[in-house]
Amino acid sequence: MNYHWNWSIFFEPAPNGTGTYLDMLLSGLLLTIETSLCAWIIALVFGAVVGVMRTLPSKAASRIGFAYVEFFRNMPLLVQLFIWFFVLPEIVPQDWGLWLKQMPHAPFYTAVIGIGLFMSARVAEQTRAGVNSLPRGQKMAATALGLTTAQTYRYVLLPMAFRIIMPPLTSEFLSTIKNTSVAITIGLIELTGEARAMQEFSFQVFEAFTGATVLYLLINIVVVVAMRFLERSIAIPGYITGK
Amino acid sequence: MIEISHVDKWYGPSFQALRDCTTSVAKGEVVVVCGPSGSGKSTLIKCVNALEPFQAGEIILDGIKVNDPKTDLPKLRARVGMVFQHFELFPHLKIIENLCLAQEKVLGRSHDEAMAKAAKLLDRVGLKDHARKYPAELSGGQQQRVAIARALAMDPIAMLFDEPTSALDPEMISEVLDVMVDLAREGMTMMVVTHEMGFASKVAHRVIFMDQGEIVEDALKTDFFGSPRSDRAQKFLSKILSH
Repeated sequence: MNYHWNWSIFFEPAPNGTGTYLDMLLSGLLLTIETSLCAWIIALVFGAVVGVMRTLPSKAASRIGFAYVEFFRNMPLLVQLFIWFFVLPEIVPQDWGLWLKQMPHAPFYTAVIGIGLFMSARVAEQTRAGVNSLPRGQKMAATALGLTTAQTYRYVLLPMAFRIIMPPLTSEFLSTIKNTSVAITIGLIELTGEARAMQEFSFQVFEAFTGATVLYLLINIVVVVAMRFLERSIAIPGYITGK
Repeated sequence: MIEISHVDKWYGPSFQALRDCTTSVAKGEVVVVCGPSGSGKSTLIKCVNALEPFQAGEIILDGIKVNDPKTDLPKLRARVGMVFQHFELFPHLKIIENLCLAQEKVLGRSHDEAMAKAAKLLDRVGLKDHARKYPAELSGGQQQRVAIARALAMDPIAMLFDEPTSALDPEMISEVLDVMVDLAREGMTMMVVTHEMGFASKVAHRVIFMDQGEIVEDALKTDFFGSPRSDRAQKFLSKILSH
């Protein structure tokens, strides 16, 4: 292989005039973090609501939750992003479609919503599993004390359920971060996008993607460590899963 | 206080859990419900505060019809204390918080008021030194005493006990029964599902014997232990009293 290695490429100025190649990757990293955090918030909120719906005694709520989960988790993420980005503006009324197409930062919003909803189906399944893993008597005890269903979930079931599903939720958060790279296909120049741009400008493909890999690794390690601390701080003394 | 009349309950289309159950518990009365496992005694007691729905008949609690769709069930349930076989303390809350939760969220008491009440009741069940611990740090007998205190914190008009000592090690049963005996002697209205015939003969006014979803015998304590009329009750008693 006749490849010219050049690790100092990161400190050379990039032709787009915004600084060095490293600055390029770091600005991509920033966008990756922003996109992941916003998508994760959507995933948590929608996932928690839908997951709870699937555990309610109401058959209608449970069916709606089931349909939601199966819809969002059974379609590839790439297809979902294409639908949100390319198909949606064409099928809504014309002026709405125009507004969507002219919206600034459309790739960012589309990625946040698309990845957020895709991940919310998975968070919903975790939430459902967490609530269902609690003894049936917990709900009965709360109900017998006069708590309403909403209060029972808020004060009794969800605080325990979320503690139990904290480790799988960490994995889902990591998946969210990694999945933002798919948004490159709708023009979001996040970390992977910047790495590809760097490769195109400098032809240093190995360095560019090694840089991106290291940065992905770093944020994921930060997330893992932070979640471990969170797990430990909310652990319950004497309770087995809290250990 | 508790009027149960002609209650029928089915699980699914074929299994009848309760057959035409009729009985009552007067104010200040202690009624023990016993019978072989699967006889419907737990189901019956859970129907009293509508934790289990039933299909026919009616239950009237302090003048309020339990199975009336217009009844505010959370409000009604808050007035009846219930103690479960597996304690069902809320594991993520400290002992004192377990006692305060429903007082504050259901009865609307101030935090200070709830804390004062909780501290008094913990003292009464001999656990005031454990107020700041979590449920998992207590023994089974201690947890069940906390559960009784939690129910009493709501100032209930009646108490329902669903096999309160069945999940306990033998040496812990008496500490729980002692609390229950005190309660009975203070004039609390109690409906107790239990196999503890010693407790029944000490404080019960009446004993109900159930088998296969039916109330086979509903007699004053002296009559029940003296000369149970039904064969099935006699057989049951001979089995559990022979050791």
